[in-house]
Amino acid sequence: MRTLLVLLDKEFRQFIRNAFMPKMVILFPLLVMLVIPWVATMDVRHVEVSIVDNDHSEVSRRIIQKIRSSDYFNLKGVTESYEEAFDWLENEGADVILTIPKDFELAMGSHSPKRIGIDVNGTNALKGGLGSQYMAQIVRQTFAELQQEQSGALPAELFTVQNLYNPTLNYRHFMVPALMIILLVLICGFLPGLNLVGEKEFGTIEQINVTPVSRSLFTLAKLIPYWIIGFVVLVIAMLLAWWVYGLTPAGSIGSIFLAALLFILTMSGLGITIANRSSTMQQTMFVMFFFIMIFVLMSGLLTPIESMPAWAQGITYALPPRYFVEVMRAVYLKGASFIELRPQYVALVGFAGLFNAVAALTYKKQS
Amino acid sequence: MLMAAQNAIEIQGLTKRYGSLTAVDHISFVVERGELFGLIGPDGAGKTTLFRLLATLLNPDEGTATVAGYDITKQYKKIRECVGYMPGRFSLYPDLSVAENLDFFAALFGVSVKENYDLVAPIYRQIEPFRKRRAGKLSGGMKQKLALCCALIHRPTVLFLDEPTTGVDAVSRGEFWDMLSDLKQKGISILVSTPYMDEACRCDRIALVNGGKILGIDTPDGIVQRFDEPLYALSGNDMYGLLVEARRARGVKECYPFGATHHLVVGADFETSSFIDYLKRQGFPDASVHRVQAGIEDVFMKLMQHE
Repeated sequence: MRTLLVLLDKEFRQFIRNAFMPKMVILFPLLVMLVIPWVATMDVRHVEVSIVDNDHSEVSRRIIQKIRSSDYFNLKGVTESYEEAFDWLENEGADVILTIPKDFELAMGSHSPKRIGIDVNGTNALKGGLGSQYMAQIVRQTFAELQQEQSGALPAELFTVQNLYNPTLNYRHFMVPALMIILLVLICGFLPGLNLVGEKEFGTIEQINVTPVSRSLFTLAKLIPYWIIGFVVLVIAMLLAWWVYGLTPAGSIGSIFLAALLFILTMSGLGITIANRSSTMQQTMFVMFFFIMIFVLMSGLLTPIESMPAWAQGITYALPPRYFVEVMRAVYLKGASFIELRPQYVALVGFAGLFNAVAALTYKKQS
Repeated sequence: MLMAAQNAIEIQGLTKRYGSLTAVDHISFVVERGELFGLIGPDGAGKTTLFRLLATLLNPDEGTATVAGYDITKQYKKIRECVGYMPGRFSLYPDLSVAENLDFFAALFGVSVKENYDLVAPIYRQIEPFRKRRAGKLSGGMKQKLALCCALIHRPTVLFLDEPTTGVDAVSRGEFWDMLSDLKQKGISILVSTPYMDEACRCDRIALVNGGKILGIDTPDGIVQRFDEPLYALSGNDMYGLLVEARRARGVKECYPFGATHHLVVGADFETSSFIDYLKRQGFPDASVHRVQAGIEDVFMKLMQHE
């Protein structure tokens, strides 16, 4: 116990004395929480539209007017030539071409109505997909308005839409818990491992290895500081989410902290395992990057697991962040309780135990 | 206790291989208690590997060794409690201060600096004015003194020093060896390696090591006496030309550069005056030759030739 305190004392001294690390622990969550939610948004706005108007009718004027006034769209220009509109799409950044054919309005009520064409630049699949949907919606809306004006009847409301848990479908409310997880993945995954390999690179581990200090104690002394730092970072991130985005957990903070504790243990255990197996910082960095890429892209942080192919969904069960993501979103947005999330907690306990056991086993004083 | 009669280090056929390279090749020797034993050899001779084996950082492929009576593979935990190891590379924490490093290593061994201060005091006093300075900011010589303090703070019975004076200035090197002599007086057995032949004579006994093998073990004087052939030093203006010419000359067995001169190992029929005449004829009018006493390095060169 006394030896552990001595080792911890040394770790904290080194941490505080480092010119870079203490600043990073404060700046990193600030930067991520204040900047990323505004930039990493999936809300599509400012779709560039070129319109080919061969009709010059009341309908086409209405549609153009609507597009002009919507902030989902930027009107690139109106022309009569499809070639010109296509040139805009190809060379000047237009995303959608809307083609209103000649005599469209005349043919509207007839037996052979003409069709409006929507051509989308699919290079940016997200922008193209949502852009064409918005466009179809706006055209339909215009028709409905026209119909209403002509017949005087109120349009029938067929749907009521209510967004549960995130009423305004604010993408930031989806992102903020994910960013907290990314922070913990980065800090607790990289730092303890890099610290340990650092001792190998500097050769200081040689001096430790000839002392009677046991391997588990030495590893533990490397881990504890980063567990604490992980919590500090999490608390900073949660406070920022509250102050800046008005987002507080709908469920209990305790269940978030419990899941965070288990997740921090898991990530640091993984970091130490990798560090034990590598002899330079570069090695650790690269292997850790590989895991972090997979964690960030595959565990439902940014894209829903349900839309992945079945084989990939199978893999996600082996990724610890998957369970933490589920807990964080459920507690933050839905207010889920510990009991409902028991399977996720059990999985996290399992991962934490596994990774730390491997970390302890792979640390060798001898080679 | 049984300990009293034991040797500090006993090595029997110790071997360590890295792939196809045999870094330590069936080495056997004994270091007595209270002895200052030197491993002399060039870089790559296998000295560091031997240290790492004895300090229980490596497992041997063959052979056995005991340190302070404990087996290096089976009783490595016991060994770690009673040896001090100073690796060749500075391996204290550069971001901790001098005093913090010493406190830290004392605490790891469960001792306080105070209780063992008498042992390190002669060394520590020299760096104490800088006790608040970060270890990484010390000069080379001071780093080595601090490293020695940290290796000694738990009062080890056996001390391993891997090239402690490499990269240290001549004055500090001298001081360092004085310290080792003092430690020996206090009953600590010391195994020290160095690539500097001039330091070898400060050891009680030395082992000449090359290519993972031991070429010879003896006292420094004993080693020198093994050189039983006449030895001459050759010097002149065109040193390279002389080296080439001397190697061609009859009666000269060997010629190798040695500091500012060349050393000549010669046969029984060698005569200084006729050799100088010969050199003059070959265009070296200023060549001079005189008899010298063989040093450890000469023995080393000779033993290496015979390998």
